[in-house]
Amino acid sequence: MTTPLLTLDGIGVRLGGRQVLSDVSFSLEKGEFTGIIGPNGAGKTTLLRVILGLLEPSGGRVLVDGTPLHNKNKSAIGYVPQKLVIDPDMPLRARDVVSLGLDGHKLGFGWPSRQRRELVDEALASVGAQRYAEARVGELSGGEQQRVLIAHALISRPKLLLLDEPLANLDLRSEQEIVAVLGKLAREQEIAVLLSAHDMNPLLGVMDRIVYVANGHAAAGPTDEVVTSAGLTELYGHHVDVVRVHDRVLVVAGD
Amino acid sequence: MHYLFEPGLFSSGPVRTALLVGAIVAVTSGVIGVFTVLRGQSFAGHSLADIATTGGSGAFLVGINQFWGFLVAGVAAAAVMEAIGVQRRRGRDVATGVVLGGALGLAALFLYLGTLRTATTGASFTVLFGSIFVINPDTVPALIASGAVALVVVAVLARVLLLTSVSPDLARARGVNVRLVGILYLAALAVSVSLAAVAIGAVLSTALLIGPSATALRLTKSPARAMAASALVGLVATWVGIVLAYDSYYWPPHGHTWPVSFFVVVLVLACYLLSYLRPRRRQVPRSPHEDEAECGPTTGGPETRLGAAHV
Repeated sequence: MTTPLLTLDGIGVRLGGRQVLSDVSFSLEKGEFTGIIGPNGAGKTTLLRVILGLLEPSGGRVLVDGTPLHNKNKSAIGYVPQKLVIDPDMPLRARDVVSLGLDGHKLGFGWPSRQRRELVDEALASVGAQRYAEARVGELSGGEQQRVLIAHALISRPKLLLLDEPLANLDLRSEQEIVAVLGKLAREQEIAVLLSAHDMNPLLGVMDRIVYVANGHAAAGPTDEVVTSAGLTELYGHHVDVVRVHDRVLVVAGD
Repeated sequence: MHYLFEPGLFSSGPVRTALLVGAIVAVTSGVIGVFTVLRGQSFAGHSLADIATTGGSGAFLVGINQFWGFLVAGVAAAAVMEAIGVQRRRGRDVATGVVLGGALGLAALFLYLGTLRTATTGASFTVLFGSIFVINPDTVPALIASGAVALVVVAVLARVLLLTSVSPDLARARGVNVRLVGILYLAALAVSVSLAAVAIGAVLSTALLIGPSATALRLTKSPARAMAASALVGLVATWVGIVLAYDSYYWPPHGHTWPVSFFVVVLVLACYLLSYLRPRRRQVPRSPHEDEAECGPTTGGPETRLGAAHV
C-alpha cells in the first residue's frame, strides 16, 4: 500500500482551555477532492490551520507524504486563505500576487524575467484568470480574487491544495465556476484538493470524500456513507435528519 | 528663469546641503511610505512622528543634535508599539492615543525648559517644523547612512512585506516570521520618520511619508512603479519647496524666508489633489455573465467588490 499524501491521526485541538476538536483522523490520496463540511464555528478553519502548521494540535499528528510537517515538505501544500485584506487602490496587480506565490517568502526583490512571466501566465491560465492579469486585485470581484489566489497557490506546484471557505460570499455563477476549476485541477493535474465549506451541495458533483465536522468531532468517508441520518445524529449528539431533494442534500435538526 | 532660481542659490552651502538631505529624506520616505500605506500603518507612522517630537525636544534640552533625539525616541517607540501589539490592524488605538498625548506633553515641557536655558525661541520651531537650511554639514554622513540602512532593510524584506500585506496567514504558512518582519519594518519606518523630522519637522514628517505614496498609489498599478513614483513626487516636492523657500527671501515681509516645510507640505498636497484629476475606471474587461450576476440576489456580500463602487 502506498503512503497517503496527507494523514491526520487523532488530531485534538484545545483553544483557550476549551477542547475544540477531538480525535480527528482521515487521510487523502493524490488527485482526491475532499470537502471539510460543517456548520459555522465547528472548527473547519482550525483544522486547516493545524494542517498548515499554523496551529499546534494538543494531540495527534499530521503527516505529509508519511513524514511530519517541516519546512521542506511545506511546499507540497498550496494554501488559499478565505479572503484578501487588500483595499481597491493598492498597487498590486493580479500578476503580482501570483508572482508572490513563486518566491514571496524569500528575501530581496523578485526581479522580473521572461521565465517568471511565463510561469505567472501559465498559472493564471490554469484558473482562467488571464483576462484580468494586469488589473489591481483589490478591484476584482470575490470570484475573480479567489481565482487569483488559487493561481498564487498553484504556481509553486503543490501536491495538495488547501482552501478555506473558497465559496463564501460568491454569487451562484462564480461558485459553480470555482468548483469546476478545482475539480479540473484534481482530475487533470492530480492535485489533491481539500476545502472547507458550510454547504456541501455545490460540491456534490466533484467531491470524492467528505470530512463532516460537528460538535468537536469529525466523520470521514465517501459522501453517501457519511451523510446519513444515523451517522450525523451520532456526530451531532442530537437527532438530525438528512433529506435528499432534487439532488440536493439538506441536513435538518430534528426534535 | 531668473525669478525661479534667485542669484546665489546653487553656490550657497546651506542650500546644497538642504538639496542633498532633502533628496535622501524624500526617497527614503517615498519608498517606505508605499509599504506603510500597503500595510495600513499610517497611524503607526504618525505615532512615531509624535514621539520623535519628544526625542527631538529632549535632545535640544540636553544640547545634542536633534536627529539623534528623533532617532532614539522613534526606534524606542517602535519597540514599545510592537510590544503593545500595534501591528494588528487598528490595534490598541486607545493605549496608543494616551501614550501619544503624554509624549507631546513631555515635548512641550522639554521645549519650554530648553528655551528658558538658552533663550533661543527658534528651537521649538526647529523641532516641530524642521530646519533644512541650518543642518550641520557634519551630520550629513549620518543622515545618508541612516537612510541607506532603512532602504536596504525594506529592499531585503520587499517581497515578504508584500506577501504579508496580501495575507499574513499566507506568509506564515510559507514559513515567514511575520512578527520579526513587522519589527524590522517598524524600525525602518522609525528611521525614515526621524529623517523626515530633520527636514520638515517632527510634526509634519508624516506628510512626506504618506502624501507622496498616497499620490503614487492612485497613479500606478505595480508595487515597483508605486515606489518609484512615490520617491519622485517626494523629491520634486522637497526640491521645489527648498527653491521656493530660498526665493521667498524677496517676498513680503522682505528679508525673511518662509518655512521650507510650508512649501513642501503644500506641494505634496497639490500633487495628491492633482492625482484625482486622472479618471479611474475599472480596467478589468467584464465577461458577459458578470453583468447579469450583478443584478442577481446572491451578489453583494462584503467580499464582492465591484470597481464601480470605488470610482
